[in-house]
Amino acid sequence: MSHSRASRDVLGRGLRVLGQAIRTEPRLFTIGVVGSTLFGLLIIANSYVVGAVIGRVVVPAFADHRATTGSLALVAAAFLGISALRVAGVYGRRLGAGYMQFRLQARYRRAVTRRYLSLPPSWHQKHATGTLLSNANSDVEAAFVPIAPLPFAVGTIVMVFAAVLVLFLTDWVLALVGVALFPTLFGLNVIYSRYMSPRQIKAQQMRAKVSAVAHESFDGALVVKTMGREEDESQRFGVIVSELRDALISVGRLRGLFDPVMDSLPSVGTLAVLLLGAWRLQNGAISVAELVTVSFLFTVLAFPVRAIGWVVAELPRSVAGWERVQAVLSATGDLHYGTQTLPSTNPASLKFAHVDFRYDDGPLVLHDVSFEVPAGKTVALVGPTGSGKSTIASLAIRLVDPADGTITIDGVESRELTEAALARTAALVPQIPFVFDDTVRGNVTLDRDGLTDEDAWSALRLAEAGGFVEKLPDGLDTAVGERGTSLSGGQRQRITLARALAGHPRLLVLDDATSAVDPRVEAAILASLRSSDAGASILVVAYRRATIALADEVVYLEQGKVVAVGTHAGLLATNQGYADLVTAYEKAERVEA
Amino acid sequence: MSDGTLATVRRGLALSPELRPGMAGTVALALVQMGGRVAVPIAVQQGIDHGIRGAGGPDLGFVVEVVAFTFVALVISTIAGYLMTRRLFTVSETALGALRSRTFRHIHDLSMLHQQSERRGSMVSRVTSDVDQISLFLQFGGVQLLLSAGQLLVSTLVMFIYSWQLALVVLLAFGPSVLIIRLFQKRLGAVYRTVRERTGVMLGAVAESVVGATVIRAYGVGDRTEQRLDTSIERLRVAQQRALRTSVTSFSSGEIGAGLALAAVVVVGTLLGIGGGLSVGELTAFLFLVTLFIQPVQIATDMLNEAQNAVAGWRRVLDVLDLDPDVADPDDEGVQLPPGPLSVRFDDVSFRYPGGPIVLADVDLTLDARRKYAVVGETGSGKTTFAKVLTRLMDPTAGEVLLSGTPLTSVRFSSLRSRVVMVPQDGFLFDATIAENIRFAAPELTDDELAAAFAELGLADWAAGLPAGFETPVGERGEALSVGERQLVALVRAYVADPDLLVLDEATSAVDPATEVRLQRALDTVTRGRTTVAIAHRLSTAQAADEVIVVDAGRVVQRGPHAVLVADEGSIYAKLYASWLEQTR
Repeated sequence: MSHSRASRDVLGRGLRVLGQAIRTEPRLFTIGVVGSTLFGLLIIANSYVVGAVIGRVVVPAFADHRATTGSLALVAAAFLGISALRVAGVYGRRLGAGYMQFRLQARYRRAVTRRYLSLPPSWHQKHATGTLLSNANSDVEAAFVPIAPLPFAVGTIVMVFAAVLVLFLTDWVLALVGVALFPTLFGLNVIYSRYMSPRQIKAQQMRAKVSAVAHESFDGALVVKTMGREEDESQRFGVIVSELRDALISVGRLRGLFDPVMDSLPSVGTLAVLLLGAWRLQNGAISVAELVTVSFLFTVLAFPVRAIGWVVAELPRSVAGWERVQAVLSATGDLHYGTQTLPSTNPASLKFAHVDFRYDDGPLVLHDVSFEVPAGKTVALVGPTGSGKSTIASLAIRLVDPADGTITIDGVESRELTEAALARTAALVPQIPFVFDDTVRGNVTLDRDGLTDEDAWSALRLAEAGGFVEKLPDGLDTAVGERGTSLSGGQRQRITLARALAGHPRLLVLDDATSAVDPRVEAAILASLRSSDAGASILVVAYRRATIALADEVVYLEQGKVVAVGTHAGLLATNQGYADLVTAYEKAERVEA
Repeated sequence: MSDGTLATVRRGLALSPELRPGMAGTVALALVQMGGRVAVPIAVQQGIDHGIRGAGGPDLGFVVEVVAFTFVALVISTIAGYLMTRRLFTVSETALGALRSRTFRHIHDLSMLHQQSERRGSMVSRVTSDVDQISLFLQFGGVQLLLSAGQLLVSTLVMFIYSWQLALVVLLAFGPSVLIIRLFQKRLGAVYRTVRERTGVMLGAVAESVVGATVIRAYGVGDRTEQRLDTSIERLRVAQQRALRTSVTSFSSGEIGAGLALAAVVVVGTLLGIGGGLSVGELTAFLFLVTLFIQPVQIATDMLNEAQNAVAGWRRVLDVLDLDPDVADPDDEGVQLPPGPLSVRFDDVSFRYPGGPIVLADVDLTLDARRKYAVVGETGSGKTTFAKVLTRLMDPTAGEVLLSGTPLTSVRFSSLRSRVVMVPQDGFLFDATIAENIRFAAPELTDDELAAAFAELGLADWAAGLPAGFETPVGERGEALSVGERQLVALVRAYVADPDLLVLDEATSAVDPATEVRLQRALDTVTRGRTTVAIAHRLSTAQAADEVIVVDAGRVVQRGPHAVLVADEGSIYAKLYASWLEQTR
């Protein structure tokens, strides 16, 4: 077996996952094990009662053709008492195990989603949404699947030892059957998990793939529809679903081979006991009652022993899930925030000094970019599609860090600032508006400290969203649905604009974020920001000449380099590329005419 | 079992015909497997009565015979078990795979209205975790349930053969438990439904925190998102624990039934035996049989509880399949669009979202084939809705849309989607290379044709500047490219689809002016011969169009060539144009 070492390793790693789980929830685990042990010991006790009843009550009664009411009542009370205690055992075992499993799932879901929130955008870009969903959901679930039967299994191990002990006290020959049987069962389980491991891992991988494809495909539902590609998408999905199906069927085949054997072995034990017992009985070494007890024991032990099998069988899936969860938990690349705050209430200044930037190991997308947004001024970033404008916007509010060079806000390097200081000082309105599955109020205020409904309304009005929000059925309380799908594109843009304005940022970064807003409104927004008491500095990515004209200064970019800096009029006169870009419409008109 | 559960299972079986064939064979195999299990207590009885306590003293030879015979029976039973599990897995996983695919397809077939109102994370869960839930149940619980049913049946039968009186006693002892279990099934159905619902909510919250990661970071509102996630995770845990408590209580009633049955069998059995109606071996065998009877009752109770979870998942899948794709493909009953360039006719078309205000009101217009139209108007005036109704992403609430005289609703999607293509503003790209994204629209496209398409649209230089040219990966949702670049790729993608009616919904809104103007000229040359409708915010597009349609508050208020409309002083278009000039000069 080429994969046998890896699989053996899986068993070890699986046990380590279980150990980690037990250390995390020792109390619940103990409750589960105590309940399960009680349950197991009662199973043995039950066998003894059955044997004793047959040997001491039934056989004499049948021989004498009479039974005392007292002995029968005692028998009934014994069975009912054991039954009641077993209920207690079941509660302890099942609730202990279940609560433990659910608490662990919740704990790791919280841990995983916390990592999602703290890992930087560059990490998110590299991981498909569907995969991340599957990490937080089915991988966490898979990691703790063996927890459910774990206390049962541990209780069973106690029970098996007790049973073997009891067997030796009864008759050493019959005990040997148990000594042969139980290790065989355990050994088979280990072999099983070794073969099962790669199959389960494959199935878990395919589950994640199915999730990823479904997520992407539903995300792009509009494109699929407009292109009429439903059939092809279904085929793409179908291929992966078939792979998952095949993986699960191969799991089933192995299980089909293993389960019936595991089921039958205890019965073989019972038969061996019958055979050996008859011989021992003939020799006078045991009584009928003891023979009955021992064979009954094998019959009832068959089921709990399977619990060990369930734990072992689920370990590979658990390890696969656990490792995918750990990959998220141990992912690095966090943006670490500094300790500096910016107490000023005046407009902030922003400075890029010799900034280089690349995505991962890709080529440089920004080369030696230097420019400044002086406090209270408006600077426009202009450049052709793909010249690096949005990257600069992301750097300005420190969504990403530069490969080289420094970015400072109010003279403090942005890496030195606390997260709160950054969020309070600078706001970005992204090119594609993102709207939370929340009310309009929630989307605008984001529950930030001290933001009232009045603040929300004034921000909405400033963003020219007051009118349509007033007309919504529940005003600020209207739910806008996941990613704002019940709003039009322009409305979404205005809500996100209002979100930025509501926080009274001292530096506002607009990444081509006002394309759906009337230019006069945009001019009003910019003017009011500049003239308000607090005031803000503005970095705006723009194509419109009206917007550009409002800027105190223009930074013109081409292919990630600052080509020219100056006033709009100045650049128009001196830079041909700039002039071509911003006057493209007029020129087009002249050509048309 | 609650009616809801049975109804769900019935609906589910009707929708998954793959589950049915061979079911009888699988059940037969399960019975054979169980026969082996029941053989053991019979062997014990025979061994004790005729071997150990035989009339002429212990008879070891007889015991050996019995054991050998039972061993053979066990081997047969084991083989039957293997075949049964194999069949069950193959059939059920095949059926569930088909169910996933069918649901996936159905979600794509739903109209935009449903796709908008359903949360995406929760739609994904319909084809993933909900089906997984059924699959996990079948892999584990389903086998157990089937075996339990077989074991229950066979052991009951054998019990009746040994002693009908004792068999009745056992059934009576279990009576109360069965009643309690039945009672709990309904509650279990409800609590597991809550579990599935809360799983969906949790997935939605996770999806939002992942997709909105940038905004969450930009606004420093991680704490708030964290709280929401924690709440949804915690609510799920509480629901899971409640479901567990309910199911354990239901399970325990079976345990009590077991105690009752054992006690009653011994008491009644002893009394029967005293009268000579039962041997020691038979009573012993009976006690074994009672455990064989108890085990499946307990397992089945447990599995029925798990089944509730699976049924809840199944129900959620079926609920999606039950949603009517209200914008349906007429399919075989439909017609092909007539060949050649397409003309458009809006016949008194109105549209409103369910429960919403009118978005399009009595739009009545004709667009000629081979011409270029621009639709302009303020945000929220109904432009995008116009485009969606025109391409049958949504059906009008009143009136009719006709393409070259053919009602849109009667056109087969295969014909419609290949002849009419819309480019939405959000240039969604798949996580693949640029070339693969372009081929999404035309799978047969050769490398040369691909390069030619970029060249024809004047984008060859841009593509050449990319790190790996056409093989550059675009990232999830195309996020490795800038928004404007994504729009360029989406436009080429629509272009290679070679439609007869091309609808552009602000398809170049994030592209720089110089590139846009270049694209416009390129499109001009390549769109000759096809009908183009461009929804535009930038009036440069309107200037270049043959005719401009001005929409205001859901109504068409003006139409005509740019020059004519602009001359109409005080008109909406004249104002829009003045404002446009203001921002471009």
